[in-house]
Amino acid sequence: MASSPARPADPTVRPGAVSRPAPPARRRAVAPLRRRLTPYGFLLPGFLLYAAFMLVPIARAVQLSLYEWDGLTVGTYVGLDNFATVVTDPRLREAFVHALVLIFFYSVLPLLIGLLLAAVLNRGKVRGLPFFRTVIFLPQVVAMVVVAVAWRQIYAPDGSLNSGLRAIGLGSLARPWLGDYTFSLPAVGFVGTWVSMGLVTVLLLAGMSRIPVELFEAARLDGAGAVREFLAITLPAIRGEITVALTLTIIAALKTFDLVYVTTGGGPGTSTTVPSYEVYRRAFQLGEVGAAAAVGITLTIVIFGINLVVNKVGDRSTT
Amino acid sequence: MMISRAERSANYVILLAFAAFALFPLGSILAAALGPESASVAREGGGPHWENFATAWTQGQFGRYMTTSIAVSVLVVSVALVCSIMAGYAFGTMRFRGEQALFYLFLLGIMVPTEAIIVPLYFDLRTLGLTNTIWGVALPQIAQSIAFGTYWMRAYFKSSNVSIMEAARLDGAGTHRILWQVLVPIGRPALTTLVLLTFMWTWNEFLIPLVMSPSGSVRTAPLGLAFFQGQHVQGTTLLAAAAVLVALPVVIVYLFLQRHFVKGLIEGAVRE
Repeated sequence: MASSPARPADPTVRPGAVSRPAPPARRRAVAPLRRRLTPYGFLLPGFLLYAAFMLVPIARAVQLSLYEWDGLTVGTYVGLDNFATVVTDPRLREAFVHALVLIFFYSVLPLLIGLLLAAVLNRGKVRGLPFFRTVIFLPQVVAMVVVAVAWRQIYAPDGSLNSGLRAIGLGSLARPWLGDYTFSLPAVGFVGTWVSMGLVTVLLLAGMSRIPVELFEAARLDGAGAVREFLAITLPAIRGEITVALTLTIIAALKTFDLVYVTTGGGPGTSTTVPSYEVYRRAFQLGEVGAAAAVGITLTIVIFGINLVVNKVGDRSTT
Repeated sequence: MMISRAERSANYVILLAFAAFALFPLGSILAAALGPESASVAREGGGPHWENFATAWTQGQFGRYMTTSIAVSVLVVSVALVCSIMAGYAFGTMRFRGEQALFYLFLLGIMVPTEAIIVPLYFDLRTLGLTNTIWGVALPQIAQSIAFGTYWMRAYFKSSNVSIMEAARLDGAGTHRILWQVLVPIGRPALTTLVLLTFMWTWNEFLIPLVMSPSGSVRTAPLGLAFFQGQHVQGTTLLAAAAVLVALPVVIVYLFLQRHFVKGLIEGAVRE
């Protein structure tokens, strides 16, 4: 045996190892421990940074949300009062309702557009597919601030939307879109539709291109039209992609901040305020640090909850 | 597949309409950027006014903001990349105690929104004297990028060829050698995608630089643009020119390497 007589045989040595030349006794004793620690060594640098600037802040956010604190003086412990405020404060309630409205514009509308475009691209042998994909995906990579500046000019009182409406004789509909109590939220939401549709389309297209062609041919031999074919074959096959698309866009909707900050600042009045904007406003403009942390935690819980529901529903309909 | 002529035409109409819709806001801001800056310039006539970019660049101090953005991006991308490769290697190729729990801990960071951590980040880093420094802006983004990067690299290492690793091990290569001299070189596509995504997210980030540098000493390009907008309520030309400048770096990279962006954003979608 290779093991030195002074110590009991190393139980971790596999039978095959016997044939290898025996390493020096000292190294052999250290190696297993070192090998066991190797994974942690590789994890360490990343984990330290991640823990310090992600995990610790999460814990601190929970802690802060239990205090009433203005960011300067000593805070007072108030228990769950800040969370009660999230539910009772009309402005905060409104912010969360607005976030739900934005989900329609960021997720539901792009999903419908994406289904249409992906079906068209997948079914017809369309020329110029790479070009179209590049163009429709482009809004995803442009900084949201730039997007906001571009749409602000479109929505401006003398912007292209109003002049377009006037040109086709619908001048009565023209209005300062972002300054309108009724239309500012849909106007902001529509920008989200514009941003999301490319991502959703490309995602769904990837799913559709994996469906075997024979399925479509079989359906066509059975006399199924485009709509039947879509409902019976395409839609069930891309359920997974739809779930992913909804998850991504719903999170994007709930996290809307830059867009609101640059286009409306939550206004007019409170008509476009959203949870992220309330976090920022309360913590850094009003000095309600605890309340702001509570809004952030609530937003996180809502995001996790919706994620869970979307994925549960997506999985259940598989069977 | 056979489809009728009418359906084919309808398809093209739909696609062209949406392509136009996708391009219109970007096209109109580009057009505005190249337009005459004022009525007097308009009277002189002339073609596209390229000088608007130079004017916006100097008036908006974009030289400074772009430099900051580049510094933050380089810092975040390089540190997060090295950390993610190492952590992803451990999760993807090794078995160890607490592996599952630790991995879920990393996943948490992908899903927790910045809004949840921005409040304590500001007040705690202010105590440490890190606000208004490049570190205050970069470190939180490094942490976020490590979360995604680890997830991404783990998937790559899990799919990479076990026999290559075995062969390298039999040749006497240690774990470090196998990683840096075998797996990293052949993993260039996966690494490129990760670098591009991290760069895009860092360049476009808004909330973290906004909050972490209240004095404006570490203002990145997107913030510079928002600030510039506050000053130029009337003139849309220079604002449009500035917007084009801010968007340009990522858009150019996207146009050349779009496969990576599309692939990364789609495959990177967390689904556990």
